[in-house]
Amino acid sequence: MGFLDYFRAEKKTSASLAKERLQVIVARERGARSGPDYLPALQADILDVIRRYVAVDEDAVRVQVEREGEYEVLELNVVLPDED
Amino acid sequence: MARIVVVTSGKGGVGKTTTSAAFAAGLARAGHRTAVVDFDVGLRNLDLIMGCERRVVYDFVNVINGEANLNQALIRDKRTQGLSILPASQTRDKDALTFEGVQAVLEGLAEDHDYIVCDSPAGIERGAHLAMYFADDALVVTNPEVSSVRDSDRVLGLLSSKTRRAEQGEDPVQEHLIITRYVPERVGKGEMLSVEDVGEILSIDLLGVIPESSAVLNASNSGVPVILEEQTDAGQAYDDVVARYLGQQREHRFITEKKGLFGRLFKG
Repeated sequence: MGFLDYFRAEKKTSASLAKERLQVIVARERGARSGPDYLPALQADILDVIRRYVAVDEDAVRVQVEREGEYEVLELNVVLPDED
Repeated sequence: MARIVVVTSGKGGVGKTTTSAAFAAGLARAGHRTAVVDFDVGLRNLDLIMGCERRVVYDFVNVINGEANLNQALIRDKRTQGLSILPASQTRDKDALTFEGVQAVLEGLAEDHDYIVCDSPAGIERGAHLAMYFADDALVVTNPEVSSVRDSDRVLGLLSSKTRRAEQGEDPVQEHLIITRYVPERVGKGEMLSVEDVGEILSIDLLGVIPESSAVLNASNSGVPVILEEQTDAGQAYDDVVARYLGQQREHRFITEKKGLFGRLFKG
């Protein structure tokens, strides 16, 4: 590190921002493509069913398949809205 | 048995054709009989980059349709011995490439070539899919820039699922990363993703880094694969890429800043 660096303000560089954003989006897209083909449709159906009872956002339902040893675990996350 | 190498990226304009031309010329110069095939139907450009655009008579689709045989369509490169070019068709019919047709052409080329380099079109449509389908190796060309890295990751997903090797449960396609248009000075300033950043996100073997260079435009202006411009940084970087691909150990060059005395004093 050059001595001028000591005078530079602690500021995140655009490259490190790019890296963080890429890590998030790439991880999410990999997750989506490693799952079975029916996952997006399943996710949409579950969202429809939940919406018959509760008004939730588009992204309130998250469906994931994880592998644990010999088992595949279907993980379903539903975020309900805050009660007023 | 010929080895099939696809040059792919997902995103357009990152240097696939430049890389295909340089890589194929490098393999031929190293003594391997090499064919380079343009899969970009409707947007033929490899012929221009290779400087043989005026010698195109028949193309890839003519061969598939039986209107010409491979020997009539292949253009023998005048500079580099053992190098042939199969130009893409300029048809607007996007279904012109058929699975069986591509397979037959590649089998035909495999009879008297050691390497077949497939220059993929951008995107993930039919042409890109067929370019990668039969591949043994993939050169994934990536710029140190968010959209290019993301698209490369998408392409890596396709290479591991939508190729012959994946579908038949053989050893996977060997993936190699080539980072192009790299500017170490901008990386130093925190304005550009570094080689390490891109490598960490895509986590595949790094075959080479090609620096941003005026030599690339100069070479394409004159229709010469940039690897033949031996005095240039980009030409030397591609020479390293080919040597590494063929199993030689070569230190990575052009990835650190050229610092003057002033720069050294103040950035150490």
